[in-house]
Amino acid sequence: MQNQMEVIFSACPQNESFARVVIAAFAVQLNPTLPEMADIKTAVSEAVTNAIVHGYENKGGLVRLKAEYCDRRMLTVTVQDDGCGMEDVETAMQPFYSTGDGAERSGMGFCVMQTFMDAVDVVSKPGEGTTVTMRKYITGEVGLHRERMLDEIS
Amino acid sequence: MHNLKERYGTVTVALSGELDHCNASKIRRQLDDLLADEDILRLCLDLSDLTFMDSSGIGVLLGRLRILEQRGGSLAVKNMSQPIAKLFHLTGLQRVIQVENDKTGGRL
Ligand SMILES: Nc1ncnc2c1ncn2[C@@H]1O[C@H](COP(=O)(O)OP(=O)(O)OP(=O)(O)O)[C@@H](O)[C@H]1O
Ligand SMILES: [Mg+2]
Repeated sequence: MQNQMEVIFSACPQNESFARVVIAAFAVQLNPTLPEMADIKTAVSEAVTNAIVHGYENKGGLVRLKAEYCDRRMLTVTVQDDGCGMEDVETAMQPFYSTGDGAERSGMGFCVMQTFMDAVDVVSKPGEGTTVTMRKYITGEVGLHRERMLDEIS
Repeated sequence: MHNLKERYGTVTVALSGELDHCNASKIRRQLDDLLADEDILRLCLDLSDLTFMDSSGIGVLLGRLRILEQRGGSLAVKNMSQPIAKLFHLTGLQRVIQVENDKTGGRL
């Protein structure tokens, strides 16, 4: 079974929650556990917010959210913008590194993506935008039962 | 967002909804309006009804912590959901923001 989806939306803050709802509606087909679902939504929220805030510097543009799974276990999510891009991806991904946007930023977005997903790959070039590809192995139903069992015995 | 009680400079505020970048400025403004009262030394945020938070929310919390620390006060949170607790631990927030009775029961 193979499935994929692609959504293109404006780089405005209201679409951060829209992106979370979209990825949740797609990922639910893999029967993720509640914590897995929360991880996916948070990681997507980070990448989409970065596209809006840093990529397009709050001036708007289009964000592309893609997701696919092949063997019903591995979810791949891609968030892409055609914004300003990054000179040095490795430095940008360091914990607490932030160029800020006037607001209070913790510089933890990439760390959240890396911790909440199993793999994060960032391709970026100044002036050419950024593509963040994230993968997560979904334990699914078995995990869901495990959570319920843990809840029942605790 | 509404005040639950105020006692000797301790104020408990309930946050609800989703604390992401989109809602951050509104929640930041509401908290800062409250903190304009310099008598408030200890702020406790009740996160029972907060359904989502990401790193933008961490920025909001750290900013308010800074304001309170500058006047010798402190920030606490209570009733975090499991996903928010995970975010707290990942970013080391629980070392600077006091966590009261979270719902995770020690499991993350
Ligand atoms: N899509 C992007 N386009 C251009 N620069 C980016 C993009 N995503 C991230 N960056 C750069 O990488 C830095 C680190 O991103 P990260 O999400 O870790 O932290 P932050 O967004 O600055 O803060 P936080 O996510 O904690 O609010 C950003 O400050 C920015 O300089
Ligand atoms: Mg970020």
